[in-house]
Amino acid sequence: MHMADALLSPTVGGAMWAGTLGTIIYCARKLKEKMDERMIPLMGVLGAFIFAGQMINFTIPGTGSSGHIGGGMLLAILLGPYAAFLVIASVLMVQALFFADGGLLALGANIWNLGIYPCFIAYPLIYRTIVRQKMSPRRITIAAILGVVIGLQLGALSVVLETKMSGITELPLSTFFLLMQPIHFAIGLIEGFATAGIVIYVRTLRPDIVDDLESVKALSSNRSLKKVLIVMAVLAVITGGALSWFASTYPDGLEWTIEKIYGKPEIPGGKNPIKESLSKLQEKTAVLPDYSLPSKGEQESKPAWPAVDSGTSLSGIIGAIMVLGLIILFGIGIKIMRRRRENR
Amino acid sequence: MTFDLEYFNIGYLDTLSYKNTFVHRLDPRVKILVSFIFIFFVVSFPKYELAGLIPFFFYPVFLLAVGDIPLKAIAKKVIFISPFAIFIGIFNPLLDTAVILTPFGIPVSGGWISFFSIVIKFILTVSTALLLIAVTSFPGICEGLERLKLPRLFIIQLLFLYRYLFVLLEETLRIVRAREARSFGKRGKEIKTFIRLISILLLRTLERSERIYQAMLSRGFRGEIRVHKSYNLRLQDIVFGVFSVIMFYILRNYDIVYLVGTNLRGFFQ
Repeated sequence: MHMADALLSPTVGGAMWAGTLGTIIYCARKLKEKMDERMIPLMGVLGAFIFAGQMINFTIPGTGSSGHIGGGMLLAILLGPYAAFLVIASVLMVQALFFADGGLLALGANIWNLGIYPCFIAYPLIYRTIVRQKMSPRRITIAAILGVVIGLQLGALSVVLETKMSGITELPLSTFFLLMQPIHFAIGLIEGFATAGIVIYVRTLRPDIVDDLESVKALSSNRSLKKVLIVMAVLAVITGGALSWFASTYPDGLEWTIEKIYGKPEIPGGKNPIKESLSKLQEKTAVLPDYSLPSKGEQESKPAWPAVDSGTSLSGIIGAIMVLGLIILFGIGIKIMRRRRENR
Repeated sequence: MTFDLEYFNIGYLDTLSYKNTFVHRLDPRVKILVSFIFIFFVVSFPKYELAGLIPFFFYPVFLLAVGDIPLKAIAKKVIFISPFAIFIGIFNPLLDTAVILTPFGIPVSGGWISFFSIVIKFILTVSTALLLIAVTSFPGICEGLERLKLPRLFIIQLLFLYRYLFVLLEETLRIVRAREARSFGKRGKEIKTFIRLISILLLRTLERSERIYQAMLSRGFRGEIRVHKSYNLRLQDIVFGVFSVIMFYILRNYDIVYLVGTNLRGFFQ
């Protein structure tokens, strides 16, 4: 469910990066306040563990195809929300750079979709609430499955919304939604089951290590739910801000959704102050005024070539081939020059 | 992709990043920022844009050629990965069938144009991401990010992850091989076996982290890690950055392709 740069608009991609960067900074500050020193190497190797562990695959029951774990929930259980979020962000960053999973702009959205929900919703609100009173295998299983399923559902929903708001795909929201959610429900069940299995197996095998881990974690993840809820509120404001920023600059996608809900393209009940101030702010600081940079294909509704005569498109095709040819020649030229210089 | 291939792929990109060319020597901060700006410009094109995207190939081609990166290394990855963009994009031709263009009398629907626009954007952004790491090296990127004021703790996490990635991948490689040597077909790949295997890997990882911590302590670790700084912003970094951004701006705002095309057509007629 990795987002890709090609499906994002700059506004949505930028907004997701802003949210993700904010959370990274927040988590790093939170950890710095009080942290067991052992946490530093622990986070590092567990990141490498998740990366490596994703390469062990298993047969998905009933289908015959193979899958691997994502590991977001497992990290949250092992490390607590703040450290787990940083580890997930680092793993996704390495994957984005070395496998180009999605790309650099989409990385912000990917960290958000795969990190925020398991760390700040599923783990504190679901897993820990269920497991707090008693740590029985059954409770762990239920908590892990519920947590992973809900986390993944929210992540998949975010992918749908981000893609739809970017307005690159033609897929209607409902179809897209029906395409994504059931698949991720199934993935969530399996991942939840595997996560629970790992937690239970490690506990029975080496309870001493688990206790040790708990003591490292205890210091760095404070147990009050209030703080987590405050974080969520901040995140909600950021998301809301991003949405309204987006709404003010790009009318198509979101208004389409709003139109579905309200029957009108505007939310009833007057103006939205956040939206207004944000759009004003954007006008002032606009690097990308009005969704795209000022250019020929300004409006979404009209095609990039306004005049539909074949002469114009012929020019376009000839020009494109020429420019591409020139760029390739330029590349080959540099390579040849380098070889000559090396041979000398 | 098989395990060994994935593993060697990471190593391969890593070795490429230790070459010594003009783009390898540039300050990582400049390369990170310029690459981000490049991607912003590329995705800012509206969804029916094709021709305007073509000139943007100059940036990845520049990195590839000047950085002396083999085309095959990048092309292979771009072709094989991320089915997601293609999977979502392929719905466009099915859903958007209004004909907006008829070159040589062949009707082309908006859906196909927006689909190919997605594909081109995908190639541009993904190859740039891969080239960024191929001409910068991971530690270089980390240094750049640190000096762009990302939290120290996060940078240390990235460096640690990268350092132990290769160690743990080798360990995992041994585990997967051992499983394969003892199992036939789908046997041994059940979820039950998987849970046990990965739990063992997890326990070994946790024990390793304890050993690493002891080793760090014995070398004088007191809760602070310093990141090595080896780059300084020089004139050529600034020139490269400014020149690239001006180029992106020109290519985004003036229809070079159309200009070249019309002139050439006039020339031939």
